[in-house]
Amino acid sequence: MNLSLTVNGEPRQIVLDDPRVTLLDLLRERMHLTGSKKGCDRGQCGACTVLVDGRRVNSCLTLAVSLDGASVTTIEGLADGDRLHPVQQAFIDHDGFQCGFCTPGQIMSAVGLILEGEAGDDPERVREAMSGNICRCGAYKGITEAVIDAAAKIASDKQRDAA
Amino acid sequence: MSSVVPMPAAQRRFGSNSGQPMTRRDGVLKVTGAATYAADNHPDGMLYAVTADATIARGRVVGLNVAAAKAHPGVVEVLTPANRPALAMDPDAKPHMFAFRTEVLQDETVRYAGQPIALVVAETLEAASEGARLLAPRYEAETPRLGFDGVESFEPEAVGVGSPPTTVKGDVEAGLAGAARTVEARFETPPQYHNAMEPHAIVAAWDGDRLTLDTPNQALVMSTAAFGAWFGVPAENVTIRSPFLGGGFGSKAIIFGAQVLTILAAKMLDRPVKYVLRRDQMFGPVGHRGATRQDFRIGLDDAGRLTALEHVTTSSTSSFENFLEPASNASHNLYATPALAARHSGVRWDVGTPGPMRAPGEASGSAALESAIDEAAFAAGLDPLEFRLRNYAEEDPASGKPFSAKALRECYAEGARRFGWADRPLAPRQMTDGAGRLVGWGMGTALFHAPMFQAKARAVLKADGTAVVETAGVDMGQGAWTALAQLAADGVGLDIDAVEFRSGHSGLPDGGIAGGSGHTATAGGALHAAGRDAIARLTELAVADERSPLFGAGNVGVEARDGRLHRADDPSRSESYGEILARAGLDAIEGTGQGARDPASAGDYAMFSHGAVFAEVKVDPELGQIRVSRLVGAFAAGRIVNPRLASSQLYGGMVWGLGFALEEEAVHDRRSGRIMNADLAGYHVPVNADVAEMDVILVDEVDPHVNPLGIKGVGEIGITGTVGAIANAVFHATGIRVRRFPILPADLLGAAGAA
Repeated sequence: MNLSLTVNGEPRQIVLDDPRVTLLDLLRERMHLTGSKKGCDRGQCGACTVLVDGRRVNSCLTLAVSLDGASVTTIEGLADGDRLHPVQQAFIDHDGFQCGFCTPGQIMSAVGLILEGEAGDDPERVREAMSGNICRCGAYKGITEAVIDAAAKIASDKQRDAA
Repeated sequence: MSSVVPMPAAQRRFGSNSGQPMTRRDGVLKVTGAATYAADNHPDGMLYAVTADATIARGRVVGLNVAAAKAHPGVVEVLTPANRPALAMDPDAKPHMFAFRTEVLQDETVRYAGQPIALVVAETLEAASEGARLLAPRYEAETPRLGFDGVESFEPEAVGVGSPPTTVKGDVEAGLAGAARTVEARFETPPQYHNAMEPHAIVAAWDGDRLTLDTPNQALVMSTAAFGAWFGVPAENVTIRSPFLGGGFGSKAIIFGAQVLTILAAKMLDRPVKYVLRRDQMFGPVGHRGATRQDFRIGLDDAGRLTALEHVTTSSTSSFENFLEPASNASHNLYATPALAARHSGVRWDVGTPGPMRAPGEASGSAALESAIDEAAFAAGLDPLEFRLRNYAEEDPASGKPFSAKALRECYAEGARRFGWADRPLAPRQMTDGAGRLVGWGMGTALFHAPMFQAKARAVLKADGTAVVETAGVDMGQGAWTALAQLAADGVGLDIDAVEFRSGHSGLPDGGIAGGSGHTATAGGALHAAGRDAIARLTELAVADERSPLFGAGNVGVEARDGRLHRADDPSRSESYGEILARAGLDAIEGTGQGARDPASAGDYAMFSHGAVFAEVKVDPELGQIRVSRLVGAFAAGRIVNPRLASSQLYGGMVWGLGFALEEEAVHDRRSGRIMNADLAGYHVPVNADVAEMDVILVDEVDPHVNPLGIKGVGEIGITGTVGAIANAVFHATGIRVRRFPILPADLLGAAGAA
């Protein structure tokens, strides 16, 4: 089984010996991109969230062979060199994590949410939209603040660029 | 040591070192996916292990289709009781109190559902998983033992980790007989499972008789000996790398059987082996919070003061171990009473052994105690805060000792003010919101021990004006990479950016246990002391050297700050560390330190962190749906090393309290003994939408006795107080007292007509 994937902007030819391999296991065990985490392996915790063609997906529920031609963005592909993505910086500033294990998934969900124009500035709405990503440390207050802050920053950057 | 994590100094800071709310030093690693957890490791030639687990809770395995598993492409080995090589330790022995009896395929007996009954090793994860499925075990099953009634009960020798099971002070029966009114109530709490986001994992690699483990571990150096003992190798042959734990909550301190089997497989096959638990496997072999049934008898005088407090707990444990939730101990230290009795007994269930889970004993005990106290306040016709103030303990009720420091009154006052508690109507069912939901306000007192364990550290001052400070500390999210580095930097008198802090590796000085809310005080104390020791040695060089501006300052003393030693009586006379070392012809100077409690102060004082939690809930009167709309917690925990991270810890604890109060419960099928909700869809933990407005107040407290730095812990106290506050708010909203946790909508159905 051969498939073409673009991973974090880089075209990759993947030879798969096993159709059971999920996107998450492909990333983690075969490509050694271990930033995406396996918290439940059944789409209940969100730790494996990545962007596929710009949309949020649970990579543990996605069979790798189904993604021929797709573009995948993981936490490793988010920063611009040493310059953090605004969502990454906001998570640090608002202490939106503790142990850090769910953090890549939280950040990818937040990036997807903002890209989709669904974040807004209403904390209730952000909490609801981010509830597919469990944080057992309970860093939700900081996560919510970080998403709102980053969404505002991204919106103002866009406005400035457009002006 | 190349495998120690290099920590980029890219955190944002707001001043110098401890006391400052600097952002996490490991922040960049964690937001970029660069922080490595155990399962992220891939040594060359690595194999994957997957266990097959019992689907019965009690009985024997009588058949495994090993041939089918072995025939699956990619499967390399199948370990069962029939072929498992010898181990150097008896899995049913208990060499010390942190060693729990465990399963390493010693026989065919099944003691709980989810117990590993075989280990399949394969070239890929997919092959190992399929191989484990193909084993298709057959069983002789017996009826599982569950529930509080009709099962074997016993009187324990100890509860928790080595605590006495019974405390009696004064005459409870006399106190109850002489009371103006009495309150009796029974509460139940369910089994709860830690469910750290990171499932337990291990990557084991042997090099001759040397073993390297990547595994999350809350007690690094202690565990080297424990792992080594299974294989007859000394502790110094075992290296554990655990730079980041994806949450621990007490479940990652104790070794479990499948870790040992993975190491054994690596030895048999002479290749590294990785084993990672699936989420469903987190509900059995790796500990949980046992269920409790708690009975209270409370006596009150005419003024609402306690005349007696009795707290009797029955808690569940396994059929083969004795860990019991020390829930009654929650009544030891909080409310003044002339008569106090706290007792425990156990019941044996066919479940995996419970163990310490965030605030062991205190969480379950506080949930029940704070609810019972609310019932007592209601019976006395008093505001719950006024009731608590009337029963304020000026000395520790259990020991009679003075408190090392206790700013609980200030916590009550500041929390109540922030929450607006003064406007609370005394009677329940008095408030609704605009949507017709019943609104209630409740409160609970928070308390947690301020223990210290044992830790060591080393500090090396270098001629270039930097320092390396190290201890085998543990960061499981509490912020050790940052808070410990802040203390280390203060110890050596340097800006934190000039300090390389090394941690998370068993080859470093013993950082002790990250648990019991004692890690910052203990490991931080050791780091600070190591720095002071290095400074003292540097000072000896300077004051003895005629060419130094500090010559002869030995009597007046010197102060170390910003990389220079200053005369205490004339700070303008100073010299940099580098100049002192250079003149002495040294590249570096080393100091060592220890963290431990001073036995004298331990004997003289009772030491606790305190807090007060206030909750608002909104209950749909038709559906019984409960929302926690506000939580305010005010906590006094001595010196706060980093207010940003301490607040986060407290928020997290309060979120756990919310989960305890309204969500978390493992439900057993009584026929099979299996947990029916062994996943994150069925076992509910709080999600973002469950957590609305939260506020944490850090109340100033100077504790001169707890340790030289005045540090207590904040890791567990947040869960105490919160559970009761929410339960009491539910009562205040609805007039319905639910005495079983979690409180569910079904418990409140009919709330609309209850008025």
